[in-house]
Amino acid sequence: MIANKELLIMRNISKNYPGVVALLNANFNLKEGEIHALVGENGAGKSTLIKVLTGAESLESGEIFLSGNKIEAKSPHHAQSLGISTVYQEVNLCPHLSVAENIFIGRQVIKNGRIDWKEINTRSERSLARLNIKLDVTANLDEYSVAIQQMVAISRSLDISAKVLILDEPTSCLDKDEVTNLFNVMRMLKNKGIGIIFITHFIDQIYEITDRITILRNGECVGTFETSSLPRVQLVAKIIGRELEEFKNSVFTKKDMVGTHSTNNITFYSGKQIGRKGTIDPIDISIYKSEVMGLAGLLGSGRTETARLIFGIDKADSGNTSIEGKEIHINSPLESIKIGMGFCPENRKTESVLADLTVRENIVLALQGKRGLKKIIPRKVQVEIANTYIKLLNISTPSCEQLMKYLSGGNQQKVIIARWLATQPALLILDEPTRGIDIGTKVEIQKIIINLSKEGMAVLFISSELGEMVRCCDRMAVYRDKKKIAELSKDEISEQRIMHLISGG
Amino acid sequence: MEKSNKLKKGITTYQLFWPMVGLALLLLFNLIFTNSFFVLEIKDGHLYGSMIDILNRASVLMLLTIGMTLVIASGGIDISVGSVMAISSSTIAILLSGKMLAVNGQQQFVSNIPVGFAIILTLGLAMLFGLMNGLLVSKLGLQAIVATLILLVAGRGIAQLITSGNVITVYNEPFFFLGGGFLFGLPFSIFIVGAVFLLIMLFIHKTPFGLFLESVGINKVASRFLGLNVQTLTVICYLISGLCAGMAGILMTSEVRSSDPNTMGSFIELDAILAFAIAGNSMAGGKFSMTASMVGALIIQTMRTTLYSKGIPPEIMLVVNALIVIIICSLQSDRVKIIVAHVQKYAGVK
Repeated sequence: MIANKELLIMRNISKNYPGVVALLNANFNLKEGEIHALVGENGAGKSTLIKVLTGAESLESGEIFLSGNKIEAKSPHHAQSLGISTVYQEVNLCPHLSVAENIFIGRQVIKNGRIDWKEINTRSERSLARLNIKLDVTANLDEYSVAIQQMVAISRSLDISAKVLILDEPTSCLDKDEVTNLFNVMRMLKNKGIGIIFITHFIDQIYEITDRITILRNGECVGTFETSSLPRVQLVAKIIGRELEEFKNSVFTKKDMVGTHSTNNITFYSGKQIGRKGTIDPIDISIYKSEVMGLAGLLGSGRTETARLIFGIDKADSGNTSIEGKEIHINSPLESIKIGMGFCPENRKTESVLADLTVRENIVLALQGKRGLKKIIPRKVQVEIANTYIKLLNISTPSCEQLMKYLSGGNQQKVIIARWLATQPALLILDEPTRGIDIGTKVEIQKIIINLSKEGMAVLFISSELGEMVRCCDRMAVYRDKKKIAELSKDEISEQRIMHLISGG
Repeated sequence: MEKSNKLKKGITTYQLFWPMVGLALLLLFNLIFTNSFFVLEIKDGHLYGSMIDILNRASVLMLLTIGMTLVIASGGIDISVGSVMAISSSTIAILLSGKMLAVNGQQQFVSNIPVGFAIILTLGLAMLFGLMNGLLVSKLGLQAIVATLILLVAGRGIAQLITSGNVITVYNEPFFFLGGGFLFGLPFSIFIVGAVFLLIMLFIHKTPFGLFLESVGINKVASRFLGLNVQTLTVICYLISGLCAGMAGILMTSEVRSSDPNTMGSFIELDAILAFAIAGNSMAGGKFSMTASMVGALIIQTMRTTLYSKGIPPEIMLVVNALIVIIICSLQSDRVKIIVAHVQKYAGVK
């Protein structure tokens, strides 16, 4: 390993947003050739710390030193030229440009006064090859899956000569092999002396790859620790700031919570041979009341596609659908909502959150949409509804009039769930409701899911984390390659069984 | 929530603040440098003065800005309003043509079609064009600027076809009341704009339309997923924009008592967009303030009247216009606000 010289020092960083102290006297050090985990619940201040470092937000107070020189990045571009590159949580590239264009955007290779496409394309292929990825780099970025787009974003950052590389939850969308690839690349860069800030919620990955851990909680630094000398349980306890006992209690199973509760097998939704060419082969699926039905599988295996068919976002081109025994044709989300469905989509930023509206407006919108243009919900009632759910779901916001964009990811997700609960749905579809959310909120959302089913709601639950699926689901459909390959009853559900099915072994 | 938890908002964070400051600065300039700018006189029971003049002349732009505000808030843009104005102007001029007849021994002009009926037909036609824009954008998925560019170009041709390329003079006396008459001592056009503004404000705030519109403007996908009928909402905006352009055309025709399909409403769509932007609204759509838009339209007209009254030649006027717009827009830019905050901070330290 290369000598442990201090590469980056951030001292006494503070930052306020309207109504929220995002960071208070936070300190962070990064050494050369170090992989440093930055962890904390949503809203703990990780994103803010990174934004201040990369110039996406202005520095209010505190100092930043890079290789001993005081710096203050004016913009992400400026930070990049200083040697600080970031790969953000949600891919922020241009979907309509080619892969190569995305990798080289802003620093075109010029030959004889013209852009040298050949050179750009070969260099793009080479830099992707370092991630063990082979792509047609002239194809548009949006022709590839989110997982691949993420890899392109990483590859772009690697390609820009960086001293500090920030990876903001890069692994939340990647499958196991891709994560292994990424880790190999991270180790390679580490050996070259690059400092890597690795933001993640995955405890296993922290212990697999990082040297040190810095923990943030409520905008303050809890501390920096050597990874090898900090036991896992203590790490989790420091992140959520709760007593250990309480955390142990919050790890639960559906059986613990429900006791002798059994599902009564009254069908709410039933689809016979529903399918859509190119996205999912025809499948049978039924969802019972008072039950959590899980859809397991890898990204793109057909689980999200099934949810979109059921909710009427995409039209099925085969099969029949019935609700409580009555045959029905669903053509739009609005029709589904009127029947009593709700849908929390996979991508918060692009498919559900209305960032510039208030929490109250975000919560009442679906209910108001269901009621239509004529019957407005009076302002007073709107505030009541919003406050009821803020309390019920324990949403952390200074008031229901706070703009949605100032809430952390976990709280935004709770607002989206509140939006649907306000419509009192009979079937709630949750697609990755816990993605990119801290452990504390994850457990809360899992409890909400189970409680809802206990109260008679049918819940369709999709998640990449098998652990929470096993804990929450009463039945489960398993997908592979756009096909439903198995349906498991409660007693058959186990992580090993599901993984076995998914991997096709 | 307890009251103490409520967000404290400075007055400068309200969207209406900076446009009002801009308007106030313009008026202050006039107070100091323009003689008798604020003088109101009563002649023949009517109020006269620069202020009244501004309100009267701004009425056409305000009507267009109302429609433009809704369309841009929905995430689109309507650059065809000037041409729709020309079409409706030609239409009403043709409909109101007729011949001189002897009534009670006096020569009097009688139109072929009653004024009320002519207005309804014209507005109907304008709404039809609005509907076409809306369908092109929402159903066919054309980009708004392209969809309305079609009508921007074709519309002026249609207007010329209607009048066979001629300038039509209107003789109908009752019709002149719309753009030239007075009610309670004030120009009647002010009442028309006031009524339209009031109706739109009710529509925005007393129905969920305003909330739906902002939702659609911010994120169309999310809006569809949560059950909003994005296509219908979009069409409604263009429909209202067409209707407003129709009214503006009729008002203008009544004021100048003729219709010139070549010049009527030429480039006025740019003024309407500018009024929207000066008001601090986002061109990307989403959150908007209709009241601020109206202030924006007033700023543009005040600017124009001020420069006319100073006798500034037209070629310099455009430059001065541009400078004022730059100042008002930069007052609202986040960067400038940060710089101002920094200056205040350091000034405070010293």
